Amino acid sequence: MITATQSSEKYSEIFDQFGSRTAAQPHWLQTLRKEAFARFAETGFPTTRDEDWRFTNISAVSNTAFELAGIERVSKEQLMPLGISGFATQLVFINGLFSEKLSTLATYGKGVKVASLAAQLASDPASVEPHLGKYLNLQRDAFCALNTAFVEDGIYISVPQGVVVEEPIYALYVTVPGATPQMNHPRNLIVAEKNSQVTVVEDYVSLGDGVTFSNAATELIAGDNASVQHYMIVREGEGSNNFSTLRIQQGRSANVATHSLLLGGSLIRNNVHPVLAGEGSECLINGLFMANGRQHMDNYMLVEHASPHCDSRQFYNGILNGNSHGVFHGRIIVHKDAQKTDAKQTNRNLLLSDDAQIDTKPQLEIYADDVKCTHGATIGQFDDSALFYLRSRGLPESSARHLLLLAFANECLDRMHSTQVRDHLEKLVVGALPEAAKFIGKRSAEGAERNLEEVG
Amino acid sequence: MSLLEIKNLHANVNSNEILKGIDLTVNPGEVHSIMGPNGSGKSTLAQVLARRESYDVTDGSITFAGKDLLEMKAEDAACEGLFMAFQYPVEIPGISNAYFLRAALNAIRKYRGEDEMDAMDFLPLLKEKMRLLEMDERFLNRPVNEGFSGGEKKRNEIVQMAVLEPKLAVLDETDSGLDIDALKIVAKGVNAMRNKNRSMILVTHYQRLLDYIVPDFVHVLVNGRIVKSGGPELALELEQKGYSWTESELAGARR
Amino acid sequence: MSSTVNQINDLTQQEYKWGFITSIDEDRLPPGLNEEIVRAISIKKGEPEFMLEWRLKAYRYWASLEQKHAEPTWANVKYPPIDYQALSYYSAPKQKKELKSLDEVDPEILDTYTKLGIPLHEQKLLAGVAVDAVFDSVSVATTFKAKLAEAGVIFCSFSEAVKNHPDLVKKYLGSVVPHTDNFFAALNSAVFSDGSFVYVPKGVRCPMELSTYFRINAQNTGQFERTLIIADEGAYVSYLEGCTAPIRDENQLHAAVVELIAHDNATIKYSTVQNWYPGDKEGKGGIYNFVTKRGAARGKNSKISWTQVETGSAITWKYPSCILQGENSVGEFYSVALTNNYQQADTGTKMIHIGKNTKSTVVSKGISAGHGQNTYRGMVKILKGAQGARNYTQCDSLLIGDKCGAHTFPYIEVKNASARMEHEASTSKIGEDQIFYLQQRGISKEEAVSMIINGFCKAVFKELPMEFAVEAQKLLSISLEGSVG
Repeated sequence: MITATQSSEKYSEIFDQFGSRTAAQPHWLQTLRKEAFARFAETGFPTTRDEDWRFTNISAVSNTAFELAGIERVSKEQLMPLGISGFATQLVFINGLFSEKLSTLATYGKGVKVASLAAQLASDPASVEPHLGKYLNLQRDAFCALNTAFVEDGIYISVPQGVVVEEPIYALYVTVPGATPQMNHPRNLIVAEKNSQVTVVEDYVSLGDGVTFSNAATELIAGDNASVQHYMIVREGEGSNNFSTLRIQQGRSANVATHSLLLGGSLIRNNVHPVLAGEGSECLINGLFMANGRQHMDNYMLVEHASPHCDSRQFYNGILNGNSHGVFHGRIIVHKDAQKTDAKQTNRNLLLSDDAQIDTKPQLEIYADDVKCTHGATIGQFDDSALFYLRSRGLPESSARHLLLLAFANECLDRMHSTQVRDHLEKLVVGALPEAAKFIGKRSAEGAERNLEEVG
Repeated sequence: MSLLEIKNLHANVNSNEILKGIDLTVNPGEVHSIMGPNGSGKSTLAQVLARRESYDVTDGSITFAGKDLLEMKAEDAACEGLFMAFQYPVEIPGISNAYFLRAALNAIRKYRGEDEMDAMDFLPLLKEKMRLLEMDERFLNRPVNEGFSGGEKKRNEIVQMAVLEPKLAVLDETDSGLDIDALKIVAKGVNAMRNKNRSMILVTHYQRLLDYIVPDFVHVLVNGRIVKSGGPELALELEQKGYSWTESELAGARR
Repeated sequence: MSSTVNQINDLTQQEYKWGFITSIDEDRLPPGLNEEIVRAISIKKGEPEFMLEWRLKAYRYWASLEQKHAEPTWANVKYPPIDYQALSYYSAPKQKKELKSLDEVDPEILDTYTKLGIPLHEQKLLAGVAVDAVFDSVSVATTFKAKLAEAGVIFCSFSEAVKNHPDLVKKYLGSVVPHTDNFFAALNSAVFSDGSFVYVPKGVRCPMELSTYFRINAQNTGQFERTLIIADEGAYVSYLEGCTAPIRDENQLHAAVVELIAHDNATIKYSTVQNWYPGDKEGKGGIYNFVTKRGAARGKNSKISWTQVETGSAITWKYPSCILQGENSVGEFYSVALTNNYQQADTGTKMIHIGKNTKSTVVSKGISAGHGQNTYRGMVKILKGAQGARNYTQCDSLLIGDKCGAHTFPYIEVKNASARMEHEASTSKIGEDQIFYLQQRGISKEEAVSMIINGFCKAVFKELPMEFAVEAQKLLSISLEGSVG
């Protein structure tokens, strides 16, 4: 445990040392990092008195002295059970640093660039400068400021005009706990130019249950009429504190879908911040969080409608068990000229134990007058009539419960476009619900649900 | 006889002149594409053809199937065989897709003096068109466009077009916001509707659609006027050189 | 006249020696409200002693409220202060001026009747045209009466019930809406004019829908209607109130009270279609409709269902409510409320869950057009002992044009953890966009509005008895004519 002052001193010390590690970075980036650190030093970590952090106490992070993690040796065998196999491109990061040895990179033509951010900064910094740091809000969020202060590595993906990348690009971030608490700050940049198409998967895992602090940030820029699918999986170890921010910038008729699955980690905070800057753009934010034990999972969205005729959809399903605590904070800001906005937000939560807790807070700030916004939240236990139906068909109660849980989780999974990713995620979900394994494959769950609808 | 004849069309929106003298002839069976930068008047042209009241025609004439289009109300133009696939299709709460489309089809049949189609005959027809556009049957009973993603809304527009079988279909940026798979499905649906009696006007901002729905003619609309017309290769040239190329060409021509 | 009434008459005649005697013979009492007026009303109606006492108690309570200026002001409606002393609280049933034929009727009124699809002979009745012997409305009424008598159902005016079934009245009157309930209930309890009384005996399913249209001795819609409906064990009754034809009344204030009591396994279905004069296009005139309606689902498995289509009145303030006392009892509220031009409505419902395994359903559809202001105020209260309570509330607002308003104030109080609540609210707009979309598919503007409105109100219309539903649909169309585009 350390005090705020000690923490501040510690971070300054680490930041200074970090300077030598990143001496080769271009000047503009070093300036950006210094500004970011100054901002972080100024504000410090948020507390529950800050509106955006009302339901999440981050003292586990603010009161711990974290060292900046370095590269660790990890073998392919160690990785195998952790990641998801079958992707042509698999970029592996150990403690936020790219490992060429453990990664595989497919060949892309037509000017597509997939690389580690550090490598891209070294080989072609001019390609990074127009975008890096231009969108992430350092003013509002201390974690974003901190991440920017420690920019070093992550993924860099650039897809030129009109190019369609069919296969998903998979990035595995492995946090390796050390003898003392360690932190890493992966920084990702995805640029999809006009009319292009790409799918990206970010998967956060741990090699062990020690205390760690992962603080990731991704800037995703979708040009006019581009189509981007993004997947975020957080399944770190028991001692992990995982913070992430996805900042999206969308051009005219750009279409972005981001899906998240939060499974593992002691304290998880996932921020999604799309700005619909171009007319007619569309954003889908689809999330599933499953918490147990004493896990805390905080989902914070800030959707900004800055242009007319844009559509946004937020669908979050939460399954909370044990003593866990879930949070859904959904903010929608509709700026003055964003006429004909259509924004929808739905948060559905299942509480499986008496001690599980959910805080759900929709927040609508509407400054235009021709707008459609709907929001809904449900909190409950199982639907007794659905349970009874399944039991009346011979299923024992525990199996019926698990089947319904799977059906509930499938509401989220079914919105995923990539069957390859979806199938992997379903396995992960099933793994988190042991008894549902008997019903692997969607058929039974779907069948049961459809029958239920007929029965009415 | 031409299907659509636009002569010197001038139109205002909120007292601003957007269309500044459009001339266009579309013969039966032809597919025309209209491309242009933001603000060029593409959507305005589509809305004027569909007879939207808030668009003020100040000069010119439009003849559709031998009749004066400007004299028609929107529903009459529709019954005469003009269909517009909207750029931003709206949701209609409380009315299912199936109910709505049957009402529309029957309104058109009634206008033509034909018998109404009952639900029993209509449903298989609708399901067939939905299959063509790979729309899930679940959507039949959902309120019109409710809960549809952008791509689903655009595909729904083409389902409607397939059911209503218009003489002239005006597709307003039907490709905007679609990923490549959705684009291919929409193109499949549209191409299945091409025949020697049916004409189409594709209003598009991006050239890619025209790789899949190959037009007979391409027109470039800049600042409320058609500045250049040509075949499909014009679209490629435009994509490469950008719209400013045509503006400078136009300026050059004026000098 | 009974001896009791004679006695009262003597007494009051004595009192009125000092200036009031002449007014008894007239059709109207002078304006103002005081104990003498209350007594006079009771005498004129020939009521037994218990009724007068009941009225006086209510009057005294109301007077105490009025002194404290305790008229409720929390509703989201604005109206100029009512001078209670300027109103007249009794007028004898008017003989309608008889017209010889429909040609003498205001053509605008006839036009509305035609649009509503009201059959010719009914039009005559409504317009006050002399009915000829061939017309069988009298015989219809007689057959109706006979069928009810056969089943043992009591259906008469409230005044008759006070005289002929005093025990039932004494037992149930005020048991659901006591005079202390609220300002207007107190006022109504003091000066109520007439209304309906229904008693359905044990195990009887009332053989037909009871309608105010067929109420024997039907009078003008009273200013202060009082209705009491009792369904005994295992009974079923469906009651329809009101009609789609526009009703004008020079009395601006209407404060009715309706009490429903359902015993074990009994069901009461109460449907209302109200189209009172809503005021002119500038918002002048129009009726103030302040109603207290409440149903007590007292028995096990009892059910009370309110369905209403409200398009009239300048100001509406009503919350048909259900008190779910009996185990497994069910309360329902289905409503379409329209405010156009300058109408204001603050309406909704209260569902109070007291017994075990009670269930309530609320479907409220508000339509605002013109400068109309439509407020939904709904309360769902789950008391501590209400184990296994369930509520589903759906509250939708439809705005037509951009000068109207819709507001929603849900109150949810849950004191039992086993409760399951589901609340959905939505606001949509019929804009030019939707209308044009339908037009571009070949559908005319009028038909488009009609389609959208009917789609919006579908869930409520299907709860109405069929003929009412058809009329209600037409009523909405007419009320919204010209409001779009």
